[in-house]
Amino acid sequence: MRAFTYEKADSPAEAAKAAMATPGARYIAGGTNLLDLMKLEIETPGHLIDISRLDLDEIKETDDGGLRIGAMVRNADLANDTRVRRDYAVLSRALLSGASGQLRNKATTGGNLLQRTRCPYFYDPTKPCNKREPGAGCSALEGFNRNLAILGVSDQCIATHPSDMAVAMRVLDATVETVHADGRRRAIPIADFHRLPGATPHIETTLAPGELITAVTLPKPVAGAHIYRKVRDRASYAFALTSVAAVLPPGGGGRLAFGGLAHKPWRVEAAETEIPRGARATAGAVLAGARTTPQNAFKLRLVEQTLAAVFDQAKA
Amino acid sequence: MSVDDGALPLSRRGVLAATAATAAMSSSRLSAEEASPAQPPQVRKIVLRLNGRAVPLELDTRTTLLDALREHAHLTGAKKGCDHGQCGACTVLVDGRRINSCLALAVMHEGDDITTIEGLGQPDKLHPMQAAFITHDGYQCGYCTPGQICSAVAVLAEIKAGAPSHVTEDLSAAPKVTPDELRERMSGNICRCGAYSNIVDAISDVAGTRS
Repeated sequence: MRAFTYEKADSPAEAAKAAMATPGARYIAGGTNLLDLMKLEIETPGHLIDISRLDLDEIKETDDGGLRIGAMVRNADLANDTRVRRDYAVLSRALLSGASGQLRNKATTGGNLLQRTRCPYFYDPTKPCNKREPGAGCSALEGFNRNLAILGVSDQCIATHPSDMAVAMRVLDATVETVHADGRRRAIPIADFHRLPGATPHIETTLAPGELITAVTLPKPVAGAHIYRKVRDRASYAFALTSVAAVLPPGGGGRLAFGGLAHKPWRVEAAETEIPRGARATAGAVLAGARTTPQNAFKLRLVEQTLAAVFDQAKA
Repeated sequence: MSVDDGALPLSRRGVLAATAATAAMSSSRLSAEEASPAQPPQVRKIVLRLNGRAVPLELDTRTTLLDALREHAHLTGAKKGCDHGQCGACTVLVDGRRINSCLALAVMHEGDDITTIEGLGQPDKLHPMQAAFITHDGYQCGYCTPGQICSAVAVLAEIKAGAPSHVTEDLSAAPKVTPDELRERMSGNICRCGAYSNIVDAISDVAGTRS
């Protein structure tokens, strides 16, 4: 790990100011992903701004009947919140399907959104990776890519976003609230928060330099079956091969978002009109334009079958 | 796909050609202007609350909580397995909640109440979970055991507090201590010897649910 200077931030605005004032600075909250990457010297910040004690750890009801989740709310606390369990069960389920009890006690809402990919080549400093070293090339395209992306991919990167929480937030139409160094605030719809890799896979979100996540807001609850179904290589503590976040009202219609398929949580709103026609039709519409490799083409069928299981579960 | 940031990859190949690959990697994701120069180690004086005692330490900011415990406070119960948050051997309790101490910076835990296996019990006064692991043979080599026990103590507290898990069927009901619940909740603690079934027995015994 490279040496770094360290400071504790007293307020979100001060943290954002400090980030702009110090080149190479990074925020640290739970640290479960950043420290891991710092040990491997994939992340090498010269300065850490500790935001873990900021007063952003509450979940409050909003005026329009939704919830504002502070950026420092731990994943375990968010999953366990009575209101989330009752009104946004898909979010509780998604959180509980991710990581381990130890990690969920540390990982924060803001940090979870900013997780880096678990593509094996991103983690392997001996192999080229455009995300680690822009222009170096992508080892995954011709390498071990069984669990990598099939949607929204580019010739530079086929990494997936690893978060389960973000998939549920996408299906719930969450909004990410931020503050800039100059005190300006911004609300970013979750659909616009993560980027596709394109030619710049090292730029993963639409956050500006130093811009700090302060909260995630959920609109008022949507009634219906809230389901998060995750398919993985072992029953617990593994990243998704694919996952489906679903909110399916009893009268028909519904919303679907998918994990493990792309560089961001994947949602095709136009495909949701296909839900009454069943899993095959819906999967076909969601997977339009998929680009697979011989190793990960199985995900096409897996998405359809996972959807079928979700629809069955909603009826049960 | 649009190239909306032409500035970043600019002279990367030149940099690569001129520098060892590992050194070049240090500037990943940062433009040349942002890249931070190498700097000397930064040392800070902190006080950690370890098993109820205030312990003053002088630490490099890079020191993980695990290394602070083992190498500086000489509490070697918590173990270094993978050092990447994957195995759970380093599990300790911070303000009663289990975390991976290998993925925590010591400087970030000043003021917290940190409990290690040494704080749970001692050979002459075992914690009930330690005694149950012995009774049920919940280990072979014992390397993962301190982490397993810290995790298990926290798991029972989490269930008692009503926190659901991935396998809890009804999110609105209080979860129960069942083998399925324990297996799911303990999945962040790997045991290479495969003592899992005895570990589940030990935890069930402490919870009073072993049939």
